[in-house]
Amino acid sequence: MSKTLFDKVWDSHTVQRIENGPDVIFIDRHLVHEVTSPVAFLGLKNRGVKVLYPERTFATADHNTPTLNQHLPVKDKLSANQLKALEENSKAHNIPYWGLGHEKNGIVHVIGPENGITLPGATIVCGDSHTSTHGAFGAIAFGIGTSEVEMVLSTQCIMQPKAKSMRINIDGDLNIGVTPKDVALFIISKLTTSGATGYFVEYSGQVFRDMSMEGRMTVCNLSIEMGARGGMIAPDEKTFDYIKGREYTPKGAAWDKAMDYWQTLYSDEDAVFDKEIAFTASEIEPMITYGTNPGMGMGIQNGIPLANAVEGGNATYKKSLEYMAFNEGEAMIGKPIDFVFLGSCTNGRIEDFRAFASIIKGRKKADNVTAWLVPGSHRVEEAIKTEGILDLLHEAGFELREPGCSACLAMNDDKIPAGKYAVSTSNRNFEGRQGPGSRTLLASPLVAAAAAVTGKVTDPRELMQEVIA
Amino acid sequence: MAYDKFNILKSSAVPLPIENVDTDQIIPARFLKATERKGFGDNLFRDWRYHPDNTPKEQFVLNNPIYKGKILVGGKNFGSGSSREHAAWAVYDYGFRCVVSSFFADIFRNNCLNIGVLPVQVSPEFLDKIFRAVEKNPNTELEISLPEQTITILETNENEGFAINDYKKENMLNGFDDIDFLLNIEKEIREFAEDTPL
Repeated sequence: MSKTLFDKVWDSHTVQRIENGPDVIFIDRHLVHEVTSPVAFLGLKNRGVKVLYPERTFATADHNTPTLNQHLPVKDKLSANQLKALEENSKAHNIPYWGLGHEKNGIVHVIGPENGITLPGATIVCGDSHTSTHGAFGAIAFGIGTSEVEMVLSTQCIMQPKAKSMRINIDGDLNIGVTPKDVALFIISKLTTSGATGYFVEYSGQVFRDMSMEGRMTVCNLSIEMGARGGMIAPDEKTFDYIKGREYTPKGAAWDKAMDYWQTLYSDEDAVFDKEIAFTASEIEPMITYGTNPGMGMGIQNGIPLANAVEGGNATYKKSLEYMAFNEGEAMIGKPIDFVFLGSCTNGRIEDFRAFASIIKGRKKADNVTAWLVPGSHRVEEAIKTEGILDLLHEAGFELREPGCSACLAMNDDKIPAGKYAVSTSNRNFEGRQGPGSRTLLASPLVAAAAAVTGKVTDPRELMQEVIA
Repeated sequence: MAYDKFNILKSSAVPLPIENVDTDQIIPARFLKATERKGFGDNLFRDWRYHPDNTPKEQFVLNNPIYKGKILVGGKNFGSGSSREHAAWAVYDYGFRCVVSSFFADIFRNNCLNIGVLPVQVSPEFLDKIFRAVEKNPNTELEISLPEQTITILETNENEGFAINDYKKENMLNGFDDIDFLLNIEKEIREFAEDTPL
């Protein structure tokens, strides 16, 4: 019987199928961080069980860490306590722990691929909804709650019904200035934040084939923002080239054996999806969000949609615009902004910093803008330095911070103040997400850079043309 | 951890007719710093419930004493966003045992089921009926029967069925959790793992 990519990976990891119930799914690799794990470890303790496969488990500190002076003790007592708990739990259970200052430390979804933890055809979970990132390698990867973290720690399995399948195909060439972030925000704006709930999405077509591995990670990362359980892209030569030789990637004969499996990972030609959607690349413009969920996005040159043109609840829509202090029909271009955040598991990789640098090169940071540039990991930080990007940033008046989730969820001190506008390369523009009362405009690193140097919402293509001219 | 058994719940309801209520609203990230599952109810809907100076926002439904009960009724796409189970813990810790909506985000739904809070998905029409009934009479009681898989507005006797898979239903009726199940098949899991290289 013909199968989808999702079917192939899911079925090969099914330990047991319960009639009119969930499947028992074996998890190859489990990523753990400080915020969603302590109660799970407590659960193990209460039950008197150990982590079943510590060698399949990896721990890092990222959500609740400072991005300045990481060499000093963490000042916030509760945060310090949470970090200490993860360190102790990791030690007690023989789990590799990459805490603050460790060379492999970084955002969980950045360091997974960097270290070869993320592999095609694997099942990967983490107590974080953006685990969908790892689907870029043809893995089934998704976020889980703390009860499930406990489940995976104690039994290396979770119990979930198999999701429905959806394929989103985009063919054609992307317009200039359109990045993977724009592709994702475009899709979410079309599907809404609940449009893919209950589905596991496969992205296919030329746009994704042409995309770099990091671009694919950005797209898969945002799958959860349309409600999808996860997103994935069939592995190809680009995927294999990326993972080859990384620390936790199979070596020698094991690599050859793995390749035999990985090369079967594609949706069969006549595989049937529960839902198929197609767009063309040329429809997609640089995107920006104007509201309080990631589905409220539009081409940067457009006007904010009128309430009566929006599907669903008028009241919810108006509440959202009121929070943002925007009006229906207004242009976003030219709106003054206060903060720029470059970073997160969505856009905290080296290609994102390269894109940002391409715009700010030879320009100066606008005086009215506070910019927080946060690499996704120490490896990214290192590349920023060795590639000369740090010098460009300094010349333009920017500083670089230390790795972590930072202002994406504002658990640490990196909080956007109430009422202020931030152009952010992160993944959520929910009310208060970046700090109580903060107002978030989600966008690509190019749009963020254009805002950082002009102090307002600016179409990055204008600055790119200047460069070309 | 085993949790409370769920059978039939009869209670008035707290209405929150807003769509796309995300888990950052249910519990903001800055309240996720605990290492134990304690006290999350205090921060349920923190920024909708309290001003920055911690005084209550009077217009918010949780601060309105005429609305109370063990059932939270929310708009479409309830619980979207972050996977934080803390959101479900906050709902539970505040005193809710059931959340009703016309649509739930996946992870939130799973998290609820895993801690013994019953997510009840109803049609948009029935959700509207509940909102109208509660608006008219805040003491309106709903009856949720897990064995029958029905939700009833007691005043009018209008009712609707809801779906839950047999396995989860059995778990909730008995207060079992998935780990109890999985620990019982550990041998099978170990055998499976042997054939599954890292």
